[in-house]
Amino acid sequence: MAGAQKTLRKEDPALLSGRGRYADDLPVPVGTLHAHVIRSPHAHADIVSIDASAALAHDGVWAVLTGDDVRNMSEPFLAAVKTPVTQWSLAVERVRYVGEPVALVVAESRYIAEDAAELVAIAYAPLEAILDPVAACEKSAPLIHPQAETNEVSVRKFCYGDTEAAFAKADRRIAMTTEFPRLSFTPIECYVVVATHNAAENSYDVLANFQGPFSMHPVMARALRVAGPKLRLRIPPDSGGSFGIKLSVFPYVVLMGLAAKITGRPVKWVEDRIEHLVSASSGPNRVTTAEAAVTKDGRILGLRLDQLEDYGAFLRAPMPGPLYRMHGAVTGAYDVANVEVVNRVVLTNKMPSSLIRGFGGPQLYLALERLMQRIAVELKLDPLDVICRNLVPAAKFPYKTAAGALYDSGDYLRAVEIATGGGRLEELKRKRAAARAAGKKYGIGFAVIVEPAMSNMGYLSTVMNAQAREKAGPKNGAVSMARVNIDPLGAVSVTADVTVQGQSHETVLAEIVSRELGLKPDDVEVVLEIDTAKDQWSIAAGTYSSRFASGTAVAAHLAAVQMRDKLKGIAARQLNVLPEDVELAQGKIRSRSNPDNALPFGRVAATSHWSPVMLPESMAPALSETGVWSPQELEPPSHDDRINTSFTYGFVFDMCGVEIDPKTYQVRVDRYVSMHDAGRILNATIAEGQIRGAFAQGVAAALYEEFTYNEEGAFLSGTFADYLVPTVSEIPPVEILHHSSPSPFTPLGAKGLAEGNCMSTPVCIANAIADALGVADVPLPATPRRIHAMLAESGKP
Amino acid sequence: MKPRPFDYVRPDTVEEAIALLAEYGDDARILAGGQSLVPMLNLRLIETRVLIDISRVAELDVIGDRGNLIEVGAAVTQNKLMAWPQLKQKLPLVAAALPFVGHFQTRNKGTVCGSVAHADPSSELPLVLAVLGGEVVLRSQQRGTRVLAAEAFQQDMLTTARAADELITAVRFPVIEGKGVAFNEVARRHGDFAIVAIAAVADARGAAQLGVGGLSGRPVVRAIDGDAAAAVAAWAEELEGYEDLHASAALRRDLVKNLAPDVIAEAIEKCAA
Amino acid sequence: MRRVSKDQKTRIALTLNGRKLAAEAEPRMLLSDFLRHGLGLTGTHVGCEHGVCGCCTVLIDGVAQRSCLTLAVQAEGREVRTVESLAGADGKLNALQQAFRNNHALQCGFCTPGILMSFTDFLARNPHPSEAEIREVLSGHLCRCTGYAGIVAAIKEASSPKQVGIMYLTSTQSDRREPFSA
Ligand code: FES
Ligand code: FES
Repeated sequence: MAGAQKTLRKEDPALLSGRGRYADDLPVPVGTLHAHVIRSPHAHADIVSIDASAALAHDGVWAVLTGDDVRNMSEPFLAAVKTPVTQWSLAVERVRYVGEPVALVVAESRYIAEDAAELVAIAYAPLEAILDPVAACEKSAPLIHPQAETNEVSVRKFCYGDTEAAFAKADRRIAMTTEFPRLSFTPIECYVVVATHNAAENSYDVLANFQGPFSMHPVMARALRVAGPKLRLRIPPDSGGSFGIKLSVFPYVVLMGLAAKITGRPVKWVEDRIEHLVSASSGPNRVTTAEAAVTKDGRILGLRLDQLEDYGAFLRAPMPGPLYRMHGAVTGAYDVANVEVVNRVVLTNKMPSSLIRGFGGPQLYLALERLMQRIAVELKLDPLDVICRNLVPAAKFPYKTAAGALYDSGDYLRAVEIATGGGRLEELKRKRAAARAAGKKYGIGFAVIVEPAMSNMGYLSTVMNAQAREKAGPKNGAVSMARVNIDPLGAVSVTADVTVQGQSHETVLAEIVSRELGLKPDDVEVVLEIDTAKDQWSIAAGTYSSRFASGTAVAAHLAAVQMRDKLKGIAARQLNVLPEDVELAQGKIRSRSNPDNALPFGRVAATSHWSPVMLPESMAPALSETGVWSPQELEPPSHDDRINTSFTYGFVFDMCGVEIDPKTYQVRVDRYVSMHDAGRILNATIAEGQIRGAFAQGVAAALYEEFTYNEEGAFLSGTFADYLVPTVSEIPPVEILHHSSPSPFTPLGAKGLAEGNCMSTPVCIANAIADALGVADVPLPATPRRIHAMLAESGKP
Repeated sequence: MKPRPFDYVRPDTVEEAIALLAEYGDDARILAGGQSLVPMLNLRLIETRVLIDISRVAELDVIGDRGNLIEVGAAVTQNKLMAWPQLKQKLPLVAAALPFVGHFQTRNKGTVCGSVAHADPSSELPLVLAVLGGEVVLRSQQRGTRVLAAEAFQQDMLTTARAADELITAVRFPVIEGKGVAFNEVARRHGDFAIVAIAAVADARGAAQLGVGGLSGRPVVRAIDGDAAAAVAAWAEELEGYEDLHASAALRRDLVKNLAPDVIAEAIEKCAA
Repeated sequence: MRRVSKDQKTRIALTLNGRKLAAEAEPRMLLSDFLRHGLGLTGTHVGCEHGVCGCCTVLIDGVAQRSCLTLAVQAEGREVRTVESLAGADGKLNALQQAFRNNHALQCGFCTPGILMSFTDFLARNPHPSEAEIREVLSGHLCRCTGYAGIVAAIKEASSPKQVGIMYLTSTQSDRREPFSA
C-alpha cells in the first residue's frame, strides 16, 4: 500500500468547516430545560436525607429528581448476570462509588442548574469502602450489595482437554500474576442527551450520542416502562469519538426521559468532562494468575488462568463482557489443547465498568504475553523462539481453539517472520547491545495477539452454565443490515446499522456500494444517523466489537449486489440482451458484449420509479434493497461450554525497543513495529488511521493513563490535568506492516483491525521494560513514579 | 462546569483598578490572562464576588528596559515576552524557561505576572524570578507602591505576600552579566506542570545559584560551589519534597539529584562560551 | 471602565468572522458557550472546559486561545474568528483544511476545529515551521482518535515551502499577534 494515494474521506469537508452535526450542535425545541447531575462525594455511604427545598426555590429551577422519583417512575435496569442487585439511573438509598448520580437538577440553563445544585443539602452516613478486588472477595469485606451476600457475584470454571495430565507431565510450571489497571479512552466529546416526553401518548423521543449495541434499547424502554416503539432513540449524524465508552450514556437516556416527563418540557444534558472522568465508564481492572505447563524447550502443554475482574459498583449490561468476549480466544495465538479458566467477577466501590476498545483483550494478553516472556526468561530461551514454537500452524486453519473459537484464517509464523525480518530485529538487538554496553537500560518486547471481530451475541451466555442456558433459550449470531436506495434520477443513497464515531464508515460504504453499481464513491450518499422508529436495526446494531468490516460492510455489499442484479434485470429488457450480458460500469448500464448498447444509470433507475409495468415479471418495483448478513459460524455455546465468541479473527505481532532514562525514570519507546493480518483491507488509508489511533491508546495504557482511587475510594484522576491523555509529544512513531490472509467466511474477506493495538501494545511495552530492567513484575502504567520505585527496591535508583 | 455568578469590571487604568481593589479587597479577584484563574472558576473551586479584568489596561501591557532590570507589566502575556527581541540577550534564563510554560495557546493569553501571582510551587516563572533575585511590584491606594523581593513575595503553595487591596503591576527580572544560565524540568507530559523544575545561574569559576521548584511549597534557591553533585545530593535530602499523584517525595529528590548537576554544568559551560 | 453586575445580561458586540454582531450574556458566560449557543456557531467545540484539551480554540484579534477560559464579555469589541470562517463561501477548503483531508488527519473530527485555529494563528506567524515546532504547538491539543501522525503530516504539507503565498489569515486592524520566536 506504500505510495498509494490517500483516500479523501466523504466525512471531512463538513467536519473541517465546523459544519459537523454533533449532538450538542443540533437545535432543541424552544423551552428546553437543562439538567445537572449531583454526584456522590463518598465511595460508600447511606443517603440519610436529601433536602431540595432551597434549590427548588431558586429562580429558574423546575425540578430536582432523586432516587425516590426514579424508583417510583421507572424499573431497574436489566443486567446480563442474574443477581439480587438492583440498579437505577440515580442512587437509591445508598451510594456505592464517588461520582454516582444522586440527584438531578433541572433548570432554565445549565449555569442555573449548577448554582441550584449547590443548594441541595444531602446528608450521608459513610460506610466502609472496599477498593481492592482481591480483598473484596474475602468474607470479612464490606458488602457492596448486602442482598447479594458476596462481592464475588459470578464464578465459573471451564475445563478444556486434560489440563491436569498436561501439568503432571510437564518439565516445568511457570506462573505469574498481572494486574491490568483501570482506564478509559475518554472521547473528546462527552455524553449528550436531549429527551422529550409526550404525555398524550406516553412516549419518549430521545436524542443521544449512544453508540450501540442496540440490545440496550429494550433495557432502556423497559426501565421507562414503555414498549420499544414508544422509546424513539435518535443518534446524531456525528459523534466525537466513542471507543466503547458511549454505550454507557444509557442510564442518562432514562434519567433525562424521566426528567422530561416530570417537567413536561424537553430536557437536555451535556456531560461535563469532570463528570465523564469520575463516572462515565471505565475499563475493568483485572488480576490474573496465569500458569503454564511447559516442556524444557518452551512448548506449552497446558494453561491455567484465574481471572478476577473488578467491575466497580454495578454489573451493567452487557457486563461481564470483557471476561467472556475473549473466551473462545483465551489461548491467544497459541496452539494449546489443555486449558483451565476460572472467571471471577467482583464488585468494588468504583465507577461501573463497561465497553471499551479492546474489551477484555488488553487484560487477557497482558497475562498471556507476560507469561510467555517469563517462560523464556526462566527456561533461558529466546522469547521469540518460545512464541514461534507455540503459534497455531498455518496448516491448521480454520482452527478450532480449545475453548471453541473458530479462527478463520492466518499464517502467524509467516507474519512474524516478515516483521522480524528486513533487518528489523537485528537492528533492535544491535541497539540493545550498544545501549547496554554504555550502561543504559534498554529492552526488547514482543507480543502476539489474535484480534476478534464481530461478537457472537450469544457469547455472554457462557457466563451461565449449560442448564441455565437451556432454560433461558439459545442466544447466538449477529445480524448486520444495510440498505441501498436509488431515487428517480439515479442518485444512490445508503443507510446502515452503525453509529458514526469517526471510523469513516461513510467513505468505506460508498466505496463498497459504488463498486458494484459501476459508479464513483462520490455518486453515493451515505446517511448514518439512526432513528429507531424508522430505521432497520437489530440488537447487534451499533459500532462496537469491530463489527463493521466483517458485518455491516458485508451487508452493504450484499445490498449492492442485490441492487446491481435488479438493475441488470431491468436493463436487460431495455437493452434487449440477457441479464447475464449486462454490466454496470462508468455510470452506464450496458451490454458486456456490445458496450455501445448502453443506457445511462439514471435512466434505468427512472424506469423502476415511473414505469413499474415495464419491469420484468415477478420483480418487486421499488429500488430499495436491504442486505442482511447473519453468518452461520456464530453458534450458541455448546453443552461443554465451547463458544465461537467472534466471527473473524485477525492477528497482530508487535515488537519494540524501549530505553529507560536513568535520570528521569521515563520510558522512551525507541522503535515500534506492528504487523497486522486483518484479511483483506477494505481501505488502506482508513486502516492505517485506525491502527495509529489504537496504537496511541495502547501507549497511553502502557505509560500514562490510569483511573486512580485512594484507599478510601476518593477519585484522584478527575481532570485532564490529572488523567494524562498523551499529546503528540508522547506518542512514538510506529512502523505498520500488513500480511493478508483473507477470511474465507465473508465475501469481502475483511476482518477487524481497530482494536488490535489496544490489546498488544501495553503488553509489548511491558515486556520490553521487563527485559530492560530484568524484573518479573511490571506494573502498568509504567510511570516514572513506578519505575523509580522499582529501581529503589532493587537498590539502584 | 460553569462558573458561579460574579460582577465583572474592566478598568482602563491602574488607578481605577486599585480603587476597585480598595473597595472590594478579598471579595475581588484579578483577571489578567485567566489561564489558571478561569479553570478554577469553572470548576467552582473558588468563588469571587467581583472579577477585575486588567487585560486592557494599556499601561500594564509594557515591557520596560531599566538597564539592570527588565520590568514586565501585569498585562504582558508570556508569548509577548517570548517574542521580545532582546529577551535572549538580556534575560536568557527567562528565555530558557518560557517554552516550558504551558502551551503556545495558553502562553498567548497567560501573563508573566499571573504565573508569579498564582504561585504554584513547581511553576517555571516564579522559580526563575527567585533564582535571579527578582522583585514584584505591588500597588494599592493605602500603601502606594511596594516592591518585594521574590523570596519575600512567594510564601508557600499558592500563597503570596500580596495584600487583598494590592495589584501586582509588574515583575522585575535583573539583567545579569558575565554569567551562564540553564533550565530543565521533568513533567509527565509536554507542557504539564513540572514534577521538578531546575534553574541555575553560574559564573566562570563554577559558583552557581541553583533554584529548585517542586520540592516544597515554593521555589528554593541555594548557592552551590565546588562539588555540585555532592552539594546537590546533600541539599536534596534536606528538602522534604511532597507526594502527589504523579510523584513521590523520594522521586522528586532523586530527580533533583540526577538533574541539577547537569543543569549547573550547562550553566557553567554557557558562561565560558 | 466597563461594569456589569452578576445578574445583568449585557449586550456584547464583537466582530465574528468578519461580521459585526451582538448578543446578550451575563458576565460569567464563557465565550465557548456564547459562540455555540448564543450566536449559533457550533463549529467551536468543548471537550473539557478547563483549558487542557484545546478543542475550543478560537482566534481573538488573530491570537489563538481557549474560548472556555475566556468570558464572552472579554471578547467585547474584539475580532473573533472561528473554524466556520476558514472555507470559502462556496465551501472550498483552504490549504490547511485541504491538507488535513489529504492526510487523514481527522477521524471523529471533534478536536479538529481547535487544531485548525491554532495553526491558523501559528502558521501566519511562522509559515514554514520545523517539525519540532509543529509538534510543540500541536501538543496544546488532545486528539483521541488519530494518534496525531496524520495531523503532523497535514501541517507539514500545509507549511511546506511550496505553499508560499498562501495567507492563512487575512490580517485585521486589531491584529495583536506577536511575531513568532522559538
Ligand atoms: S474545552 Fe477549552 S480547552 Fe478543553
Ligand atoms: S479526530 Fe477524534 S478526537 Fe481528534
